[in-house]
Amino acid sequence: MSITWEPVIGLEIHVQLKTETKMFCRCRNGFGGDPNTQTCPVCLAFPGALPVPNRRAIEETIKLGLALECSIADRAVFHRKNYFYPDLPKAYQISQYDEPLCADGRLVVPTADGEVEIGIVRAHLEEDAAKNVHVAASGRIHGATATLVDFNRGGSPLVEIVTAPNIHSSDVAKRFLQLLRQTVVELGLSEAELDKGSMRFDVNVSVRPLGSDELRTRTELKNMNSFNFAAKGIEREIARQIKIYENGGTVDQETLHFDPTAEESAPMRSKEEAQDYRYFPEPDLVPVHPAPEVIEALRSQIGELPTARIRRIANTLSFYDADVLVTGGLDRLWAAVVDGGADPKEAANVLANSFVASGIDPDAVNPAELTKLVIARSEIPRGVFDEALAKVGEPGFSADPYTAQKAVSDASALEPIIAAIIEANPGQVEQYRGGKQGLLGFFVGQVMKETGGTADARVVSELVREQLGA
Amino acid sequence: MAITKEEVLHVARLARLELNDAEVERFQGQLSAILEAVSKVAELDLTDVPPTSHPLEVSNAWGEDIPHTSLTLDEAFANAPDRDDDHFRVPPA
Amino acid sequence: MSSGIDTLRLTAEEALALVDSGEVSSAELWQAYRDAINEHDGELHAFLTLVDEPEGNGIPIALKDVISTRGVRTTAASKILENYVPVFDATVAAKCRAAGMTLLGKTNTDEFAMGSSTENSAYGPTHNPWDLTRVPGGSGGGSAAAVSAGLAPWALGSDTGGSVKLPSAFCGNVGLRPTYGTVSRFGVVAFASSLDQVGPVTKNVRDNALLYRIISGRDENDSTTVDVPPVALPEGTDLKGLRIGLPRQLNEVEGIEPGVKAACEAALAKAEELGATVEECDLPLSVEYGLACYYLVAPAEASSNLARYDGVRYGLRSEGADFREMVMHTRHDGFGDEVKRRIMLGTYALSSGYYDAFYASAQKVRTVIKREHDALFERFDVLVSPTCATTAFPLGAKSQDPLAMYLTDVLTIPANMAGLPGLSIPCGLSEGLPVGLQIVGPQFSESTLYRLGHALEQAIGFDVVPERLR
Repeated sequence: MSITWEPVIGLEIHVQLKTETKMFCRCRNGFGGDPNTQTCPVCLAFPGALPVPNRRAIEETIKLGLALECSIADRAVFHRKNYFYPDLPKAYQISQYDEPLCADGRLVVPTADGEVEIGIVRAHLEEDAAKNVHVAASGRIHGATATLVDFNRGGSPLVEIVTAPNIHSSDVAKRFLQLLRQTVVELGLSEAELDKGSMRFDVNVSVRPLGSDELRTRTELKNMNSFNFAAKGIEREIARQIKIYENGGTVDQETLHFDPTAEESAPMRSKEEAQDYRYFPEPDLVPVHPAPEVIEALRSQIGELPTARIRRIANTLSFYDADVLVTGGLDRLWAAVVDGGADPKEAANVLANSFVASGIDPDAVNPAELTKLVIARSEIPRGVFDEALAKVGEPGFSADPYTAQKAVSDASALEPIIAAIIEANPGQVEQYRGGKQGLLGFFVGQVMKETGGTADARVVSELVREQLGA
Repeated sequence: MAITKEEVLHVARLARLELNDAEVERFQGQLSAILEAVSKVAELDLTDVPPTSHPLEVSNAWGEDIPHTSLTLDEAFANAPDRDDDHFRVPPA
Repeated sequence: MSSGIDTLRLTAEEALALVDSGEVSSAELWQAYRDAINEHDGELHAFLTLVDEPEGNGIPIALKDVISTRGVRTTAASKILENYVPVFDATVAAKCRAAGMTLLGKTNTDEFAMGSSTENSAYGPTHNPWDLTRVPGGSGGGSAAAVSAGLAPWALGSDTGGSVKLPSAFCGNVGLRPTYGTVSRFGVVAFASSLDQVGPVTKNVRDNALLYRIISGRDENDSTTVDVPPVALPEGTDLKGLRIGLPRQLNEVEGIEPGVKAACEAALAKAEELGATVEECDLPLSVEYGLACYYLVAPAEASSNLARYDGVRYGLRSEGADFREMVMHTRHDGFGDEVKRRIMLGTYALSSGYYDAFYASAQKVRTVIKREHDALFERFDVLVSPTCATTAFPLGAKSQDPLAMYLTDVLTIPANMAGLPGLSIPCGLSEGLPVGLQIVGPQFSESTLYRLGHALEQAIGFDVVPERLR
């Protein structure tokens, strides 16, 4: 008898807000400064320095909470989370505990098999730690190291979003993360760049027999820096836990550091004693009472959210196309191109493939010019189209010089060229006729080369096949 | 309300205080006496009493998101026990 | 006294007049106090650091050594900050500077303001100018002794459980613990954030009001400060209509000295003569539970506030093989016993398993204390009692018994827990030592406290100069 196992996944996401200044002081927030040049008595925790909250960070957290359908607290409180580490200058992090700004929300994740609702337990505001660099110290015993601390990042505003443990597949987890990221970016809260650490997340994973509602021991995967790695890591951890249970073992509660290159999850160094953060209300700060009119003003700034747009666009395109366009931040450009008269599917193909690969900022594109290109795509040489697409984001770009270069599809012009190439390559002709059909591409390529890429490749291919078959 | 030697050591570790044996002994006695006195707060029936963490009823104190001038490196490191170029240096964490 | 300035008797208001009229220069005045320091501080040890080249064109001041002063060593009387020189001014220091005040030096205190006798200073105790074998009270014994002995015209202290009021009582000064939130804590080395307030220590009530006017006000760097109503300079002695409440539990506290009781009763008789009504009342829970409440809340906050002394960015650093060991050694070597006791007590009160019984209960008791006071202020304008049940006790009398030392503050603590202002004025002598009268009012009632204090001061005619210095 074999049990079917159901994965139970919860996510904890940290998003660094792109405010001008830090959470509790007015030092500049953001990357790029030389080490320790964005510091002051507050973020270096000099004796007597006191925190002053950043109003914009509070408002942006509320805005995110509204986008996630959270209830906004009438009274929110900051707490201190106490622990010692070189990157935590006060030896406590100002965070939120039992009275967060936003709680009890949800994010609906569209999937190919329908919509999945993921519960948001809370979204709260806290400050980031500084940056430790562990180095080998010069002039010391071999192997000895030191830790160097740069406090520039220390005190940056972070929003922490915690989901309910009601995600049951790595695919939904990944889609949730992509959708959340897109939501945060669209609201203008953060660049949410995984590689720069402005969006980070931890994953809690456990498994249970399908149909049961127990919550078994979970493990925590930390430090994942891509959505694909997260999906992979979750898969691997689910498999590991199932194997343990099926062999009659028990899963230990532990934190695993996911190393994508090692293809396995390694336990992180365990703490010398159990953590006891001694949370208590931050006495240097007063409660936050968001005014109803402020909440309404923030609500009015929120446009149609990604989930709703995926739902809408999936009526026209496939779910996958809708998902790629929206989570890629391309759907508004797509809509404009379609409005301009392009075929929806054709426009989606261009955007989801060539355009994404080009890395061009969609906001830099003039939709009218892109529309012309998409419409002319089948009539102009591939090389010309690619060249035009690569430049579509440049200021003042015009599609006209490119769309004017219609591909040569006139058989009478192409046939002599094809004949000459067949004559010049008797060996390949013989092979082709002997069954090596793959050589068709060789002949088409030769013709394209001869015509400087101006020939219509589809027409060429037909003509070549005709002549070789003769 | 007595505190055990192990509890003294646990609390000292949480607070990152190294204690020698004599100190543990001394603090164990003193803290037990103090805890005995302060545990008086548990005598009252406080069921419906809300906590006060702040003597004034004020809220919404915050600053606008406008940068100020940060410290110079000389100021930031003026009192630093150990410095490695532009970083604070500590034994390995 | 070569300058002809009698620093023992000159009030700050008189000193201001001398400088304003040009009769005495700011520099001459400063030098007169410096001469007095040179003459008497050897036996008193009121100062930890002296300033040699003062800036400013006004009258001098001494600041308790928990107040950060740019470029002037600020130790909090701790070894852990022995060589710490702030790069910024506390807001109160900046306000004194802006008012032209010249800094004489930094005054002695119990380490991190934790104590009631100034014996917990890492740099040795301060002696009471009235009797060198006795303590000046604490924690701000240095400021009180300096003002009392004519080493400063006025000074600032800080009051968490009574650290301005108690030393003022023991040294025959006027000391105000202001309404919580009316004086900025920015740059004041923190002890317990929800209780700490900086207050003036002066020779008379008008000086006190003058200095309070200068240092009070909302500060954008301290989120817990509020706008402060105007403070009236007291004139005259009419007390008609003033309703004085005498809480039995404060006035009949166990162990009260007969001389203390007699001096307070005499003062109250004078208040009645001047038109005030005096009636007994009760504060049963505040007095019985106040001390226990205080010794949970204050150490809990302190345990977190003092966690920043980790040897990373400033202050003492001891050797250690790794970060954790370095921090443990640093804090072992840098903190004195009383500080360690309170850090451990506070850590214990916040730790998991004990939080509800200790810290959470204490916060609720705080509400009880606040409500009990609020109810009395519906019937009374002020509450009066001795500041302390005894006069200054001999050095060493309580230093081996922490609990006995804590009991010294039993009369000052209840009002502090409720965030209320309290003024201590000298009301007579008991066996040759000053007795302090504590006047407590509702939040923001400083003008009322000054009115009563000033009237009594005139009626009592207390000679503020210690007999042995006359």
